[in-house]
Amino acid sequence: MTSTVPDTTSPAWRLRLTNGRNVLALGGDWIAQSGHIPEFPDKGLLDNKQEGALAFDTGDLGRWDSGLIAFLWDVKRAAAVAGLPLDGSTLPESARKLLGLLPAEIGEPGLSRSRGFRPFNWLGGKTLGMFAEIGVVSELLATTVNGGLRAVVAKAMIRGVDLFDNVRAAGPSALIIVSVVNFLIGAILAFVGAVQLRRFAADIFVANLVGLALVREMAAVMTAIVMAGRTGGAYAARIATMRGNEEIDALEVVGIPISDYLILPSVLALVFTMPLLYLYGCLVGMLGGFVVSISMLNITSLGFLHQTLDAIPFDQFVFGFTKTIAFAIMIGLTSCRIGLQAGRSAADVGTAATRAVVIGIVGVIAMDAVFAVLADVVGI
Amino acid sequence: MADPLLAPANKTPLLALRDVTLAFGPKIIQRDLSLDVRRGSIFAVMGGSGCGKSTVLKSMIGLLRPREGQFLIEGEDYWGGSEQRRTEIGRSRFGVLFQNAALWSAMTVGMNVALPMQMFTKLDDTTIRRLVMLKLGLVGMEHAVDLLPSELSGGMRKRAGLARALSLDPDILFFDEPSAGLDPITSSRLDDLILNLRDSLDATVVIVSHELPSLFAIADDGVFLDAQTKTAIAHGSPSALRDNCTDPQVRAFMQREHTSDSAAGKG
Ligand SMILES: Nc1ncnc2c1ncn2[C@@H]1O[C@H](COP(=O)(O)OP(=O)(O)OP(=O)(O)O)[C@@H](O)[C@H]1O
Ligand SMILES: [Mg+2]
Repeated sequence: MTSTVPDTTSPAWRLRLTNGRNVLALGGDWIAQSGHIPEFPDKGLLDNKQEGALAFDTGDLGRWDSGLIAFLWDVKRAAAVAGLPLDGSTLPESARKLLGLLPAEIGEPGLSRSRGFRPFNWLGGKTLGMFAEIGVVSELLATTVNGGLRAVVAKAMIRGVDLFDNVRAAGPSALIIVSVVNFLIGAILAFVGAVQLRRFAADIFVANLVGLALVREMAAVMTAIVMAGRTGGAYAARIATMRGNEEIDALEVVGIPISDYLILPSVLALVFTMPLLYLYGCLVGMLGGFVVSISMLNITSLGFLHQTLDAIPFDQFVFGFTKTIAFAIMIGLTSCRIGLQAGRSAADVGTAATRAVVIGIVGVIAMDAVFAVLADVVGI
Repeated sequence: MADPLLAPANKTPLLALRDVTLAFGPKIIQRDLSLDVRRGSIFAVMGGSGCGKSTVLKSMIGLLRPREGQFLIEGEDYWGGSEQRRTEIGRSRFGVLFQNAALWSAMTVGMNVALPMQMFTKLDDTTIRRLVMLKLGLVGMEHAVDLLPSELSGGMRKRAGLARALSLDPDILFFDEPSAGLDPITSSRLDDLILNLRDSLDATVVIVSHELPSLFAIADDGVFLDAQTKTAIAHGSPSALRDNCTDPQVRAFMQREHTSDSAAGKG
């Protein structure tokens, strides 16, 4: 600091007896950044049963900063253990004052919860948590449906602006990625079909394959996966951030129901946009199939169109459409739920987004399997 | 050694703003702002809520480039230098307490204080741990070393943020409302701490605060910003402003009156 000596001498201390008093002599430079700050032993003053306070001799003290304070704090605690008063009158004034701010003993450190790994606790907690989670999501579904119904009769606290913003963020801005994915899926289906069907001279049936696969499965599933990754993750992150900033608490205090204000617009936005995106995805996918078929196979474009229209009965569209709505509700609810239960740190927001995407995608595929079984039973 | 009388008399102020204009996009917050912060002083930035105090601080810690004017550190043009140079200055000299503490939420309080030391010094873990405990002990937070920021109260977060600002023993401290959210006892303890830090670290403190008692107790210089005219309307220490300033708005602020009352009283 203000010293003119550029190089440092290492810090040293010695406890000595002067006129029947304990005197702690400090010498050298006590600079924290040097990394050589000695420690004063906890019990270093216990066997020193001299009368009177512990005084300091700072005659040889050079430069100092928080390193000296750290050492003096050790001394202060050791003196407290030994029941010895301190006489800091010879210390530099600001050092004495800083020392005065420090406690004479370090309190029991409060331990953060959720430390360490206990496998059985973890497993039990997870299992219970899963059941609880099913309950909570069902309840959330119930309140959302309730809110949805009230919204229809204009009694829910849902604001048109929020819904509009959500719809815009979920729908139109997803058009490009939905187009790309479905176009390529259609093209890939056509490739696979073309290679196989050409062997049987059944080129024209590529149209059936592409059309049915898209309308029944691929357009619905691919659109849902895209939306789970894009919008589901965003919902979870947004709600988790709001929780971290106490925005959710503020909503609760004001009495605005989270289900109406946050969840309903989010879920509705997906319910409105995803079926439309599904239909759009079917079209773009067929276009992809069409391009590949026309260029690889011996089919006219008119023939392809005819064949496609013939191949897909209307109820296949209804099936895909219904599935998409179910996916939308599932993605919306689970991602909002994950956001709501997230912790409050920045890392928790990341975890919530990841979980929402993973659960959304797995959920879509699992639900699709259930739908496949159901469709088989019903005979669609 | 920390005796101000022995320090070389230095005519250039440590920090200086020269005709600075600050703006967010088209929105001007402060214009033609000039001020000098003397070495070793505790400099108060005062003014009503929303007048741009935090914004002025931001331009001094490298987060907001002034639209016009200069910010000088010991005569060196801070914003004129390279980004690397600014980072260098910030790391070696600045300690900042943000208005909302801005603790890193994924780390414990102890790790928050330790991180700058781990990144920028070669100290071993035991020494770092000792220094972390010391910094936390100074703000009365040593018991919370292993807690996460989300487990702290608002005032505790402030104090932890202060401990983190002290991590690298900086010599220029920027505190944005350090005592907001603290009880009067803790707040006056904090005043002591700031005074003692200034003396022991030879530090200079720029402090934004609304707490009049604490301003009168510690600040020895300052500036009063105004949201209407968008510039400084008074310079001087808080107690001088209270006693001598002729501007009715400043007097009202310093004497805790409504402007309407004081205007009526004068009229
Ligand atoms: N990132 C930003 N973008 C645009 N405007 C901003 C931004 N941050 C602050 N402002 C505006 O700048 C003005 C000053 O804000 P600032 O935070 O500096 O106020 P302050 O004096 O610190 O107030 P307080 O005492 O309430 O903390 C305000 O009018 C605010 O609306
Ligand atoms: Mg502010």
